[in-house]
Amino acid sequence: MSASLNRPGPGMEDGGWKMKLSIERGTLLKALAQAQSVVERRNTIPILANVLIEAEGAQISFRATDLDIEVVDRAPAMVERPGATTVSAVMLHEIVRKLPDGALVNLTEDPASGRLSIMAGRSSFSLATLPKEDFPVMATSEYSSNFSAPAPALRRLFDKAKFAISTEETRYYLNGVYLHVSTSEDGPVLRAVATDGHRLARIDAALPDGATGMPGVIVPRKTVNELRKLLDDDEATIAVSVSETKIRFATPAITLTSKVIDGTFPDYTRVIPTGNTRRLEVDASEFAKAVDRVATVSSERSRAVKLALDEDRLILSVNAPDSGAAEEELAVAYSDERLEIGFNAKYLLEIASQVDRENAVFLFNSSGDPTLMREGNDTSAIYVVMPMRV
Amino acid sequence: MPALCRDCLTEFDTAPVRGRCPACRSPRILSHPDLFRLSIAHMDCDAFYASVEKRDDPSLADKPLIVGGGTRGVVSTCCYIARIHGVRSAMPMFQALKLCPEAVVVKPRMARYVEVSRQIRAMMEDLTPAIEPLSLDEAFLDLTGTARLHGAPPAVLLARLTKRMEEELGITGSVGLAHNKFLAKIASDLDKPRGFSLIGPAETEGFLRPKPVRILWGVGTAMQAALEQAGIRTISDLLRWDRADLTARFGQMGDRLWHLARGQDDRRVTRDEKLKSISKETTFFEDTSDADLLDGHLWRLSEQVSDRAKAKALAGRTVTLKLKTGDFRILTRRHGLPDPTQMADRIYRTARGLFDQAGRAGPFRLIGVGISDLAPEDQADRSADLLDPDAGKRAMAERAADAIRARFGKDAIIKGRALR
Repeated sequence: MSASLNRPGPGMEDGGWKMKLSIERGTLLKALAQAQSVVERRNTIPILANVLIEAEGAQISFRATDLDIEVVDRAPAMVERPGATTVSAVMLHEIVRKLPDGALVNLTEDPASGRLSIMAGRSSFSLATLPKEDFPVMATSEYSSNFSAPAPALRRLFDKAKFAISTEETRYYLNGVYLHVSTSEDGPVLRAVATDGHRLARIDAALPDGATGMPGVIVPRKTVNELRKLLDDDEATIAVSVSETKIRFATPAITLTSKVIDGTFPDYTRVIPTGNTRRLEVDASEFAKAVDRVATVSSERSRAVKLALDEDRLILSVNAPDSGAAEEELAVAYSDERLEIGFNAKYLLEIASQVDRENAVFLFNSSGDPTLMREGNDTSAIYVVMPMRV
Repeated sequence: MPALCRDCLTEFDTAPVRGRCPACRSPRILSHPDLFRLSIAHMDCDAFYASVEKRDDPSLADKPLIVGGGTRGVVSTCCYIARIHGVRSAMPMFQALKLCPEAVVVKPRMARYVEVSRQIRAMMEDLTPAIEPLSLDEAFLDLTGTARLHGAPPAVLLARLTKRMEEELGITGSVGLAHNKFLAKIASDLDKPRGFSLIGPAETEGFLRPKPVRILWGVGTAMQAALEQAGIRTISDLLRWDRADLTARFGQMGDRLWHLARGQDDRRVTRDEKLKSISKETTFFEDTSDADLLDGHLWRLSEQVSDRAKAKALAGRTVTLKLKTGDFRILTRRHGLPDPTQMADRIYRTARGLFDQAGRAGPFRLIGVGISDLAPEDQADRSADLLDPDAGKRAMAERAADAIRARFGKDAIIKGRALR
């Protein structure tokens, strides 16, 4: 990444020379996809609906921001004249999406009209531009911690924690994933925690070299979603930079920089039960299907499912006086005392769907205490869920 | 003028001479030009709790009876004999017993009152589906269009209802019959106990004119003071005001007052189920930005909303904070909860969070708290918060305080912050 790409490019405005380049449609579409998704659909500041296009050397870059997240996506292009301008991200993306596959797309800035013309085959478009000088570029900051992590490891951290992120605005510090360094039974880990007060996910990954001193940060929900596209490639290595206020994820093609949530994540360690001894082991997918089936008869918004546990037997039931009742029995491994406990069906389904290899293991205490769930004996991903009165 | 005997239910085209029913000699003759035309009613039981107690224990029949908490509690209801001695509802018990030392005091048996209330409700259901209960012992009934079905006009149906209540349940009630809810409620209070009063459109304005403004729906102490500052004490004072001027000075309430002063009220009689929200608000004598004072109000209002929700077996998924600034700007802030609540503690904490975000715009002249998006109470507060482990304890404390209040009166236990 060259330093000049972090600022609007030089361009050669004098003498009517303006940006001109051509690029393959598929390459362009891919590069624009990330940029247009960062752009907020409902915008009050016009420039924020635009993408900043900068062409220099043999490369074109697209930069978009919502003032909290900035993404820069780079792609190879045949640059005839370097330059920079801004156009509507959504419109440009839509145009390129509708062009035939394999087309060569010419982008030319028209000095007379101040518009960007897009030509491909027999189609031609011209889009209004806004001056590149108006485009807000996120201030660069000093990152106190820089490390590399394999994409699949980061993907697992965020994917498994994401569902528990809170949407409650009054507790804004829960509107993200708390990424920090911690210590597990097996040593230091990079840990992702998310909770909305009803359930909690705590996911660990091996601590990458150089991450030891990383400050703990709360990565906002939108950043977690935008980040996902960078992590798809199993072979990729992601360069991560963290400061107290920002986090940056970079691949050779894409750089995503995000502010982090300015708040203190609550002490989650207190809410993870350690003394739960009643152990239930169940096939996660059978369990999820059964929960889903019995929950059908509930007409309430928060569908409550009752779990009645007895010697190697689990009875799931819903009793909704107004609409009906349902019951299903599952063969499970359970050898503790009889227990009846209720949960929100949605929460059970969400945590059960995190299990993909082994059986789901639930650890209960009483019908009023938080319950812990993990996959087999793997403690690198644990979930806590609060019961509800049934 | 049409007339009706409330005892034998005989209808007359003209009121009998000497005011007695020719059929049964009863003096309880009702006559009014609109007797068989009015159809919006308010039925209010007479000293309900006390009547139920006297009925269940006939030895109490001729004794002054007070229903309420022990000597440290307050009077919940008292019978008419106790009222002769000056005892009133909400009076501290020691004071009531000073006025009437021979009174018999019994503790409220809410379950029993609910049972009797349901029986009365069932009798009302026989007359019309349009019933709006206000509490266990009073309700609005809209009998419009039921005359053909029942073969009798609303006045006869209502006389029959109170007669049936007396005969089958041993409970007396007073009826107000008018052309809207506001007047019906005033009417039921005119001739208590065992009363039946009518207010027709023709006499409405003359009836209201000399009355003090506080009889108007929505005029509490603060509004009364504000009106007094504007020189408005009686409804006739109010009638001199222009509609636009009232609205300019008192906002929406001004417009409502303009209508009410003319006996106009177009609120419909709606069944309980349609209740959309529960809210309480208070207007200050003086605009204030005193955070402690506002916080005290916030708690009291949250508690009132919670009390009403508990009484109605409802809970809300959305908490709303309403603020009116000194320059009459209204700010409302809402917050959705993951599950419905009826607990004062959760309502207060949520409203407090909203206030912390919006509360800098003061000074305020009004503060209000409400819940909406209502659900039945069995869906409420079923799930605890992982990050707030004390919430469960606070909820238990609130339930315990509710139980104490039910037994010893509303003020038997109060939170310190309610005293600010």
